[in-house]
Amino acid sequence: MTKLATPLVAIALALVLVAGAARAATGPDVQTERFLVDPRDNESLQRGARLFVNYCQNCHSAKYMRYNRLTDIGLTEAQIAENLMFGGTFEESEDGAVRFSPVKVGDTMQVAYRARDAKGWFGAAPPDLSVISRVRGAEWLYNYLLAFYRDEQSATGWNNLVFPNVGMPHVLWQLSGVNRLATAEFPTHEAAEGAAIAEKRLAAVVPAADHKYVVRTLQPDTPGSMSPVEYRRAVGDLVNFLDYMGEPAKNARVRSGIVVLLYLVGLFAAAYWLKRAYWKDLH
Amino acid sequence: MSKLLTWIDDRFPLTALWESQWGKYVAPKNFNFWYYFGSLAAFVLVIQIVTGIFLTMNYKPDAAKAFESVEYIMRDVPAGWLIRYMHSTGASMFFIVVYLHMFRALLYGSFRKPRELTWIFGCLIYLTLMAEAFFGYLLPWGQMSYWGAQVIVNLFSTVPFIGPDLALWIRGDYTVSDVTLNRFFAFHVIAIPLVLIGLVAAHLMALHETGSNNPDGIEIKKQPKDPRTGLPLDGIYSHPYYTVKDIVGVVVFLAVFSLIVFFMPEMGGYFLEHNNFIPADPLKTPEHIAPVWYFTPYYAMLRAVPSEIAPFLPATQFYGVLVMGLAVLIFFALPWLDRGRVKSIRYRGWRYKGWLAAFVVSFLVLGYLGVVPVTIWGQFAPGVPLLGGADRATVVARIFTVVYFLFFFLMPWYTARDVTRPVPDRVTWP
Repeated sequence: MTKLATPLVAIALALVLVAGAARAATGPDVQTERFLVDPRDNESLQRGARLFVNYCQNCHSAKYMRYNRLTDIGLTEAQIAENLMFGGTFEESEDGAVRFSPVKVGDTMQVAYRARDAKGWFGAAPPDLSVISRVRGAEWLYNYLLAFYRDEQSATGWNNLVFPNVGMPHVLWQLSGVNRLATAEFPTHEAAEGAAIAEKRLAAVVPAADHKYVVRTLQPDTPGSMSPVEYRRAVGDLVNFLDYMGEPAKNARVRSGIVVLLYLVGLFAAAYWLKRAYWKDLH
Repeated sequence: MSKLLTWIDDRFPLTALWESQWGKYVAPKNFNFWYYFGSLAAFVLVIQIVTGIFLTMNYKPDAAKAFESVEYIMRDVPAGWLIRYMHSTGASMFFIVVYLHMFRALLYGSFRKPRELTWIFGCLIYLTLMAEAFFGYLLPWGQMSYWGAQVIVNLFSTVPFIGPDLALWIRGDYTVSDVTLNRFFAFHVIAIPLVLIGLVAAHLMALHETGSNNPDGIEIKKQPKDPRTGLPLDGIYSHPYYTVKDIVGVVVFLAVFSLIVFFMPEMGGYFLEHNNFIPADPLKTPEHIAPVWYFTPYYAMLRAVPSEIAPFLPATQFYGVLVMGLAVLIFFALPWLDRGRVKSIRYRGWRYKGWLAAFVVSFLVLGYLGVVPVTIWGQFAPGVPLLGGADRATVVARIFTVVYFLFFFLMPWYTARDVTRPVPDRVTWP
């Protein structure tokens, strides 16, 4: 009977595993740069946390993430309080006095403004980033943060290869420097795809007039405080941190998984032996 | 201890119940791989109930707090992530196990006389399970939760005359809202589980009344009794034989389950969808709404059925809804559609084997097509007769929808005409 079972189970598994389900991002046809997270690289996670609170958290909250949870990535509560907690809230007491209460280490990572103000200022409130890595995936976030270029036409002065006309400006521009868009036109989609792959870096293929296709890449214009290699490493740290923040229990999950599986292997041996022992007297 | 048992037995049939349902229940000795999935389904039900109870302690069925409370469980509740992943993985595993359990019935004719009621209770369990999964999927209050519920409730609004009122009555509001979330929570945690447990009890009692089928489709109750044991020649007691065998099955299942829970809980976006990590936003419809994988064969049918089927009939999506409903309900008719002389596929001819294979392929292809956008395979060239300009995937889904139904509709004919092999008196035993 396993004759029949094996191929059927194989088909079912194959169907379940054919690539991942579609991510939220549809966007343009982009050749992305490969990026893998390393959830056990605490130094990278700490650098990422520093970038996050200094740059991202000015506009984006991570309201499901507690500061003291960062002890996960090898920091003490004192280090967290000293280096990563800048905010606080203004509270009006009953007598009308406004008092500033600084953020506490057990608080979640909020943003200083109110969501309804942000909506008025930006048109849409910047999304909360607690679980953004689970929506977009680490590789998309990595490429998105590399993909900003100068665009005088847009409201913020910036645009993005991966997320065209995004509302967010290039917050890390002092680190990355300024890139400009470079385009090359190709007669067919195949030629454009080939050229995009040959770039071996971030490149987007977009349809153009007369059934032609354009490959968009980024050209450095003004250097920033980091070299392109350093900037990629910094963005990698940041995305690593975002990925950690999406599921802080990930390392604990994998660790306990190994123990559980080892236990089940032992349990299987015992259960199988028991079954054999009982069944051997059946004829 | 035995005095206590006697005391209880004088007042409540504890020993009799145990012996009739399992302890002295006589089962054929030749159960194979496919016979693990019944006990596994019961095991997953227990996992879902136990993890569900713990989730309920920390979850808030409130549109403003639901998404947050799930993240609270994932982060701040001790081992909350484990409980939540067990529950989300358990939901998908429940369907995998149940689908394989149902397929076993198709392989060996387990739905045939005298087990029609066992089969009908099983079909009711399947329907109830779909309701349970649907109501539960709204609770995390992510974008897919929200829009999936919106789409499914809107299916009811296609019913002629009463449709819009019916949908309004189900939602309790003009859109899916906090009111809907609250009632779906009530259905998910109490109403449907109660029905489910009752049906499982009925399913097992009916099975233990008729006795189990087996891979050879032989009725062991009709066999002569073994003079030494007093049991049918191929019968054995479930306990301890199937107790110890099912334990092995449970351990193997737990290994697969743990691989998913601990190493790939999102299962590539199929068990936990990426978009469901975006909080529900009634003003922002996602570009591509796909139900969770276990509903996708039916979803593919819904999309494949055109809203205009004949010039004299009104254009409505209700046809698709009817087809989808019929695709689920037709399972109930199986015991009366199958007119084969034998039960088990081992002794059936090529006709049944071929149709069963075609059915399985249809189910899997439709399942795949329900996950992806209809544009996935592009369109037929404009010049192609009849099909010009149509989405290829839609045409394929239509073909396989027809095959799916032909498996049932033609069954009385092809099973009766099938060239079967003689069934032996004794089960196949190595």
